[in-house]
Amino acid sequence: MNKRRPYVRSMDGWWRKNPYFVEYMIHEGTALFVAAYAAILLTGLVRLSQGEAAWTAWLTALKNPWYIGFHLLALVAIAYHTYTWFKIMPRTMPPVVVGGQRLSAWAITGSGLAVAAAASLGLLALVWGMAR
Amino acid sequence: MKPTLKRSNAPIFWALFGAGGMLSALLGPMLVFITGIAVPLGLLLPPDTMSYPRMLAFAQNWIGKGFVFAVIALFLWHAAHRIFHSLHDVGIHAGTGAKLLCYGLAMLGTVVAAYALLTIGF
Repeated sequence: MNKRRPYVRSMDGWWRKNPYFVEYMIHEGTALFVAAYAAILLTGLVRLSQGEAAWTAWLTALKNPWYIGFHLLALVAIAYHTYTWFKIMPRTMPPVVVGGQRLSAWAITGSGLAVAAAASLGLLALVWGMAR
Repeated sequence: MKPTLKRSNAPIFWALFGAGGMLSALLGPMLVFITGIAVPLGLLLPPDTMSYPRMLAFAQNWIGKGFVFAVIALFLWHAAHRIFHSLHDVGIHAGTGAKLLCYGLAMLGTVVAAYALLTIGF
């Protein structure tokens, strides 16, 4: 048994003391919604492989207000993930040099968000076109 | 000096994290809106958008299969990696067990998705 009891500073709630870290914890926390949404889709896929009755039961379950509420929260969380993903991108990707000048952080974030918006609208149009 | 340097497996997990993060950033919000809000509430899209024959045909198509597999697997790997690395931030000193649990669940989900897609057939 070690008799020394060195003082170890408590780290409880360290991130709550600084708005920068609160934001960090929120954007890391979006992963919980990504995981839960993937689990819901995976359940749907398994139900689809089990036949029509199973699939329809899963689809009907999604109409439950708890599921709707969860999906509304997930929509907000994952949209926030989109925003932070491209906001951080200038620091997570190697520097891009265009015409001898380093591409500005704003240009990277802005084009990322523009591509995300275009991809989302493209997906909606594709689904709409296929279902019509 | 060691004769052979041990290669790190971190780049694999980081690449999966990055791919899943990019895919969920580009399409995640719209996918949640379509499958979780618009279709269940009958908003905007036709009521039979996700009917059994349509979704079966989609999952039997090569492109549809690939899309469903990529979304489920990469979302899971992205989330597993982020949650694993956040454990330290919330005061959990994560070791090999936590790593196995996080990546193991993502692996399990990937295998189940692949199995279901193969069961659905072509």
